[in-house]
Amino acid sequence: MQETRYLVVGSSHAALEAVTAIRAQDPEGSLTLVTRDCHFPYSPTVLPYVVSGRSAPECVFLQGEDFFATQRIAYHPGRALAQLQPQHNTAQLADGSELRYEKLLLATGAAPAIPPIPGIDTVAFHVLRTLDDALRLKAAVAAARHAVVLGGGLVGMHAAENLVSVGAQVTVVEMQDHVLGGYFDHRAAGFIERAFAKQGARIRTGCRVIHLAPSEKGATIGLEGGEHLEADLLLVATGVKPDLEYLAGSGVATAQGICVDDAMRTNIGNIWAAGDCAQARDFFGDRTIMNAILPDAAEQGRIAGMAMAGDPGRKDYGGGVPLNTYRFFGRHAISVGTGAVPAGGEERLRIDEATGRYLRAIFKNGRLLGIFGVGEFFDGGIMWQLILRRVDLTGNIERLVANPLATGREFMSRLWS
Amino acid sequence: MRACARAKTGTEDTARARIQVLTPSSADSGGFELALCRQCGDPKCVTVCPAGALAKDRTSGVIAWDGSKCVDCLLCTVGCTYAGIALDAATGRVAKCDRCSGQPACVLACPTTALRMVGAARIYNEVGDWEDLFAPGLGGCQGCNTELLMRHTLRRVGPDTVLATPPGCVPGMGSVGYNGLTGTKVPVFHPLLTNTAAMLTGIKRQFKRTGREVTALAIAGDGGASDVGFQSLSGAAERGEQILFMVVDNEGYMNTGMQRSSCTPYGAWTSTTPVGRESKGKTQDAKNLPLLMVNHRCAYVATASTAFMEDLYAKLDMAIVASKSGFAYLHVYSPCTTGWRFPTEKNMEVARKAVETNFVMLWEYTPAQGLRFTRPVDGPLPVGEYLKSMGRFRHLSAEQVQHIQAKVQENRAFVERIAVSAAG
Repeated sequence: MQETRYLVVGSSHAALEAVTAIRAQDPEGSLTLVTRDCHFPYSPTVLPYVVSGRSAPECVFLQGEDFFATQRIAYHPGRALAQLQPQHNTAQLADGSELRYEKLLLATGAAPAIPPIPGIDTVAFHVLRTLDDALRLKAAVAAARHAVVLGGGLVGMHAAENLVSVGAQVTVVEMQDHVLGGYFDHRAAGFIERAFAKQGARIRTGCRVIHLAPSEKGATIGLEGGEHLEADLLLVATGVKPDLEYLAGSGVATAQGICVDDAMRTNIGNIWAAGDCAQARDFFGDRTIMNAILPDAAEQGRIAGMAMAGDPGRKDYGGGVPLNTYRFFGRHAISVGTGAVPAGGEERLRIDEATGRYLRAIFKNGRLLGIFGVGEFFDGGIMWQLILRRVDLTGNIERLVANPLATGREFMSRLWS
Repeated sequence: MRACARAKTGTEDTARARIQVLTPSSADSGGFELALCRQCGDPKCVTVCPAGALAKDRTSGVIAWDGSKCVDCLLCTVGCTYAGIALDAATGRVAKCDRCSGQPACVLACPTTALRMVGAARIYNEVGDWEDLFAPGLGGCQGCNTELLMRHTLRRVGPDTVLATPPGCVPGMGSVGYNGLTGTKVPVFHPLLTNTAAMLTGIKRQFKRTGREVTALAIAGDGGASDVGFQSLSGAAERGEQILFMVVDNEGYMNTGMQRSSCTPYGAWTSTTPVGRESKGKTQDAKNLPLLMVNHRCAYVATASTAFMEDLYAKLDMAIVASKSGFAYLHVYSPCTTGWRFPTEKNMEVARKAVETNFVMLWEYTPAQGLRFTRPVDGPLPVGEYLKSMGRFRHLSAEQVQHIQAKVQENRAFVERIAVSAAG
């Protein structure tokens, strides 16, 4: 049986950050990376741009052969993890081979969550999570005339924009009362929805699909209320959830994802988890959350790697803060932090309908909890730090809301530059 | 900012400059605020880029942006905590400093040298490839810069070296080793305070006689060099012995309990110049040992500071060459966290302030070229900025501060006269 000091499963941001952190501390220890994907490491975040043609599929790889060679990482693509036996420190792969590890990182990411809609197993649909998905979708988009996108999240909205740009008739069906509910409130989403409407796309919010059936064109989508949509391209983009079948019977504790502490360690002493498959502490409360976003995956991967290699410089995870950026039809929207106004909190809102600029910020006791902009650029990284550091902004809130770019930079320069 | 905007966007729009100098908006903030790419060693913008459009060049250190790969998603602006990469609204794309291939337009345009191009990181990268000739784990006080200095120096001087470390912090940190093992991978010995230069003379001459080329290196404290060790130092310099003599000047006998030396400055508290009802610290001014060495017409004399590593390295290179033909003397200022009473993380800041106030001047001397400033400070900060950064001067009266300020100006004028006459 092959043996390795460090075994990393997965090959996207969390896994890559982890192996970099391990190598920074332990240049020698044997390090093996296995991944289900057959391609070199890439980011799921880049896939909408592969679909649109903006990114050439051969140019999206984050690392290549060189990296694995110089870092002395045994890299095994196309080999999925099938089962885990923590009591023996062994991992079985789908091809039947077995690996013994001293320390294991699970960075297996997430897979599209397919909603249990009656008839969904009878129709052909697309998802967008892997490079192969993207290439299939790209080919289909070119030929699409009538497309339906289930889910108004980032993946769905990006795909809808791509479809609009090739001239397809697009309908986005979203269950919640506005799109991008994970990152923006209904007013910010309104700007985005209106931009889509202007381009001829239909955004159906607060709307449920109750039935799917195959049709001559492709699929018939039955909506709540009796309306039917016809689609020659159906994309299911209703979120992601980790695929954790390999953990069955392993004893590794899971909830929505793999439960980890502030060092990204699971309930098993020599197993860590990071990225979209991990369920870690929420910055804004005592619960744990799935914070499936790229910067957090990188952060968690780094912490896990440092913990695995015993790096004394490791700092505990600060807690997950939702954040993201979104471009639509050349415009931009940024979301950092929580949009919920807590008891005793205050909301500041600045909207300029004429220029399409929107800024919303949430404060409590002078501390920033969340800031959201549409057409209003600010440094998300600085805002993230203002939240994480719980910087007291008393007396400066007006200035921050009026000019978040300059005021944020001033705080950065004074506090941590 | 205008120069940057011109160079990078061809416009006068300073909002598009990749260096953003912010004038303070509130009275209490004081000074300027700066947003600029730090070219981080561990860049977050690179780790959060989904498209592989950002990468750090391991040779130049610059984080380069590849516009053909970038998908304009702006995630890098969330990853960076320093506003080093931001949206250029005019293009809808991100923009960041690329250091103009080593000749930054902002630096060339800055009339006050407030902006400078510093390449010290290159030194550290290069030095990393040289063999560390000290044992791991030297036992210095927390925040001390002497370990850094010792390791850098010996790495640069190389393995063909005999090292002398007279009593002081350097052997105290473990250069001569423990339990019968040396703390170095080169021969090292522990002379008396009084005879370092004399013993090193004999060793160097013996090696020469056997036909072997070695560098005879001393790393001594200011006490060992300027007080009881001065006669042997002066003798060796006068004879032109082929020695590289480095003095680590922490302005006192710090390892034995912080007693004053002849290099301790006026007004400083030490355990033998206490502060009480009568006594207010040292009553005499410091001896200027490097200037005394200039008067020996050594092959090379220079002062240096660990806050200016490029300068220090350039001088170390000069001193190594000079020590092949004559006496080379290098005087390095070494702020002492323990004896000077300042927080352990402030060593470089204190060292920098010493230079920025002209309390310490960085210059070099060769008999052929005379003396020249290597980092002249023409608009020095008031010396109080330096004095208040540490506890040993906390008791100073206004008159004492005035005395020190006057002394700084006098010293500067004195060295300037030597420099001018050298230039003339």
